[in-house]
Amino acid sequence: MKKYYLTILFLSIIQGLMAQNETSVLRSSGKIYVVIGVILIIFFLVVLYLVRLDRKITKLEQTES
Amino acid sequence: MKLIPNLWYKLIAVATVGYVLVYGLLIDLPTDVGILDETIRNLFYHVPMWFGMSLILFAAWINSLMYLSRPNVKRDIYASELTNVGLLMGFCGLFTGMFWAYNTWGTPWTNDPKLNGVAAGMAMYGGYWLIQKSVVDFEKRARLSAVYNVFVFPLFVSLIYVMPKLSQFSIHPGSGESVNFKAYNQTQNMEFVFYPAVIGWALLFVWIAELRTRNQLLKFKKENEKILSNHIVS
Repeated sequence: MKKYYLTILFLSIIQGLMAQNETSVLRSSGKIYVVIGVILIIFFLVVLYLVRLDRKITKLEQTES
Repeated sequence: MKLIPNLWYKLIAVATVGYVLVYGLLIDLPTDVGILDETIRNLFYHVPMWFGMSLILFAAWINSLMYLSRPNVKRDIYASELTNVGLLMGFCGLFTGMFWAYNTWGTPWTNDPKLNGVAAGMAMYGGYWLIQKSVVDFEKRARLSAVYNVFVFPLFVSLIYVMPKLSQFSIHPGSGESVNFKAYNQTQNMEFVFYPAVIGWALLFVWIAELRTRNQLLKFKKENEKILSNHIVS
């Protein structure tokens, strides 16, 4: 039963988000997706940096104890 | 042992912030938001900085209280690093806010009660930082900064949330006479991005705080092998 609730929740969220009119300024030329791509690449690299830092610190902790 | 401890909240943080970065730019906006126009999307990036900062500083406050009730190196380091990262979030909020204000109100700094409250509050947390840097003895430093933090957090909250609410005039939404953001939200889809944004950004900065804390704990252990044997670290 749980997964049905989740599905309904996600569907309602997606439906709410997708109820868009095409005249919106940001999406009128379709190039906003390029900006989103750039933002996601930056975010991905920052997260990669954090993950590597996390693993390094964990290794240090293991050698200490 | 796993290489990344507490993986679950880090995954949630990355997933929600990724979702917010995409849908914050894509969702449909309410049509009449006055001079805010498309910049109302900053609600998903600027505002969560302040909410997240409040949550993280609250966590630091709890840790300070716990340190005072039972002195423990871990609690002191948690409190100080959470405060550092909370202030980092605060500065992110401050600078994004100044940029947004410059493009909306025409000036980076208005005489708004919220801005002045934040300035005073940041200065008070500067005092916390000063204690951290100036007292050499560990016990003294930990105790002093914990006491200071216990006093400063309620003052900070009253300066940035309570005072603007009580004031006559403020251009920030929900303060003074001005309307809340809810009044703008006719399309009813902004909260699908806003609430995940608050949680996601806060968790992402908690991750940074965790890394800094573990680094500081390692440093402390290296410097105080003797004290360690006296069971101060539990």
